[in-house]
Amino acid sequence: MADFQKLGVHDLKCMSRTIRTDILKMVHAACSGHPGGSLSATDIVTALYFNTLNINPKDPQWEDRDRFILSKGHCCPVLYACLARRGYFEVNELLTLRKYGTKLQGHPDMNKCPGIDMTSGSLGNGIGCAVGIAIAGKVRNKNYKVYVMLGDGECQEGVVWEAAMCAAHHKLKNLIAIVDVNKLQIIDTTEKVMNIEPLADKWRSFGWKVLEMDGHDMVQIVATLDYAKTMEGPVVILAQTVKGKGVSFMEGVAKWHGAAPSNDELARAISEIEGVAE
Amino acid sequence: MEVATRFVFGNELLEIAKTNDSFVVCNADTKACGIEAMSELFPNRSYSIGIAEQNLINVASGLAATGFKVFACTFAVFATMRCCEQVRTYICYPKLNVTVVGTHTGLQVGEDGATHAAVEDVAIMGALPNMTIIQPADAVAARSIAHASIGFTGPLYIRLHRNPSPVIYDDSYQFELGKATKILNYGDDVALISTGIMLQKVLDAAGILNAKGIRVRVIDMSTLKPIDEEAVLEAAKATNAIITIEDHSIIGGLGSSVSQLLAEKYPCKVKCIGIPDVFGESGPCEILYTKYNMDTTGIVVAAEKLVAQKNINNRNE
Ligand SMILES: Cc1ncc(C[n+]2csc(CCOP(=O)(O)OP(=O)(O)O)c2C)c(N)n1
Repeated sequence: MADFQKLGVHDLKCMSRTIRTDILKMVHAACSGHPGGSLSATDIVTALYFNTLNINPKDPQWEDRDRFILSKGHCCPVLYACLARRGYFEVNELLTLRKYGTKLQGHPDMNKCPGIDMTSGSLGNGIGCAVGIAIAGKVRNKNYKVYVMLGDGECQEGVVWEAAMCAAHHKLKNLIAIVDVNKLQIIDTTEKVMNIEPLADKWRSFGWKVLEMDGHDMVQIVATLDYAKTMEGPVVILAQTVKGKGVSFMEGVAKWHGAAPSNDELARAISEIEGVAE
Repeated sequence: MEVATRFVFGNELLEIAKTNDSFVVCNADTKACGIEAMSELFPNRSYSIGIAEQNLINVASGLAATGFKVFACTFAVFATMRCCEQVRTYICYPKLNVTVVGTHTGLQVGEDGATHAAVEDVAIMGALPNMTIIQPADAVAARSIAHASIGFTGPLYIRLHRNPSPVIYDDSYQFELGKATKILNYGDDVALISTGIMLQKVLDAAGILNAKGIRVRVIDMSTLKPIDEEAVLEAAKATNAIITIEDHSIIGGLGSSVSQLLAEKYPCKVKCIGIPDVFGESGPCEILYTKYNMDTTGIVVAAEKLVAQKNINNRNE
C-alpha cells in the first residue's frame, strides 16, 4: 500500500517485542488462551503483516489483497495483535480477547473481526480453504498470494495432506504454506504423540517446493518470504521455532500451550521481553 | 463441592483399569478427561493417535473388530463431527464395541467460542442407528456411568462436561441404562425433564416454583437414546405440561426426542429449553445460559407460562 512503509529488520524486531507483549497481556486478561504457539509464530506473523503482505487495513475486503489464513486458529492472539498494530482496529480492543460480545473470539471469526480472511480453530482445515482461495485467484487472473500457517502437530490431520495433494495437482503458484515447527503439541512433543518426520520429504513427495528457515531470525524470515514469492509454488516454508519463544519459563514447556500467566508471571515475562531491547 | 464430570469419569476408568484389563484407550492429543494418563500406567493398553480424529475412530474400530473394548476420547466437537462418518460406518453400522467419549460439550467451553462448542453432538450421534447416548448430571453419575460403560457392549457415546459442576446425587445412586431418575415429585402442575449438568438449575427452579405454589416434578434423563418412554409418558399423563432442559441445540436433542414421543403417544403442552438454532460464542457460560433463557430464572418463567397456558386451555374445554 502506498501510504505504508514496510518495516526493515530492525523495526520488525521491535514490533515482534510489542506483539509478544500484546499476546501475553491479552491471554492474561482473558484468563485463558494459547500463548505457546502464538509466541513461536510471532516473528513470522509480524514479518508477514509489516513487510510481506500486500494489504490495506482501511479496506480489509480489498479483492486484490494478499490473504493470510491462520490454520492453527488457536494461536489467534498473535494474529489479532498484528491486525491491531497494523490498524485494522483499536489496540485497546485487544484486551477484549475471548470476552462476551468481542470481535476477538477464542478462535478467529471472519464475520466478526476485520482482517480475518478465514474462520478457523478446527485443525487441519485452513490449508484446504487456502487452496480454494488460491484456485479462485488463478482462475480470475489475480496477482494476490495466499499464505497459510499450520502447526507441526496440525500436520497429523489427514485433511492437510488432501489439501497438499490438491494444491500440487492444480499447480497453485500463488500458494505459500508456512509450518511453525515448534516440536510441541498439547500433551507432549510431536515426536512422542505422533511422529511427522521426515516432514520436508513428505511435502516434497506431495509436489511442493520446500524451504527451511529459522523462524526467529528476522533476516532469514524476510529473505525466505521474499524468495518464496518469486518461486513457482506451491511452496512450503518449514520454520524451526521454539514454543513459548521470548519467555524463558514458557520456552519448550508443553504446559504453556493453553494456559494464562498469573500477574507475577506476566510481569516477569514482559520484563524479559523488554530486556532484550537493551 | 464442584467437580467436572469428565475428570471423574476418566479417573474412574483409570481405577478400573488397575483390576480389569478388558479395555484399551485411544487418544487424539487432547487433555480431555484424564484418561490420557493411562499411557504411563499401562502403555500397552493406551494408544496415541495424534491430532487425527478420523484415524482415531478407524483405529478404534479395528481394535474393536479383534475383540477389544475401546474408549476413544477427545473433545466432543471433534469426536462427533470431524469423524462423523467414521463413527457411523465403522462403529455403528458394524456394531463395534467402541465408546466414544466426547468432552467439553455445550456452552461450557465459553471462551473458546463457536468452533469448540459442541451444541449439536447429540443430534448427530442420535441419528446414527445402533448408537446409545448417555450423559451424567454430576460427578456421582459420571462415576457410575464409567462402570456401566465397561459392561456395555456396542456403539456408545458418552457426553461429558468441561467445568466443575455441583454434586447432586448421594453415593446410593446407580446409573441404569435406559432409565430416567425421578428426582422429585411435588405434584402435577408441570414436569421438568433435564439432562446433564443443567440439573442443578432445574432443581433450583423447582424450589422457586414450589414456593410460588406451582407443583413440579423433576426427572433426570441420563440415557438420551434410547429415551425412557415410560418415564416421559407417566409425567405427561400426570401433568399435561412438560419442559425439557438441555445444554444442547433444541434441534435434535432431548427436547426433540421428548416432543416426537409425545406427539405420537400423548400430545400435551411442551416447551423445549436449550440453545436456539445458533452457534456458540466466546464468553462466560453463565452469561450465555442467561442469554438463551437456560438459567434458573428462564426455567421458572417458562414453567409459569406453560402452566398458565394449560390452565386457560382447561377452562376453555
Ligand atoms: C480438529 C482438531 N482437533 C483437536 C484440536 C485441539 N487442539 C487445539 S491446539 C492442539 C495442538 C496443536 O498443536 P500444533 O499444531 O503443533 O500447534 P502449536 O504447537 O503451534 O500450538 C490441539 C490438539 C483442534 N483444535 N482441532
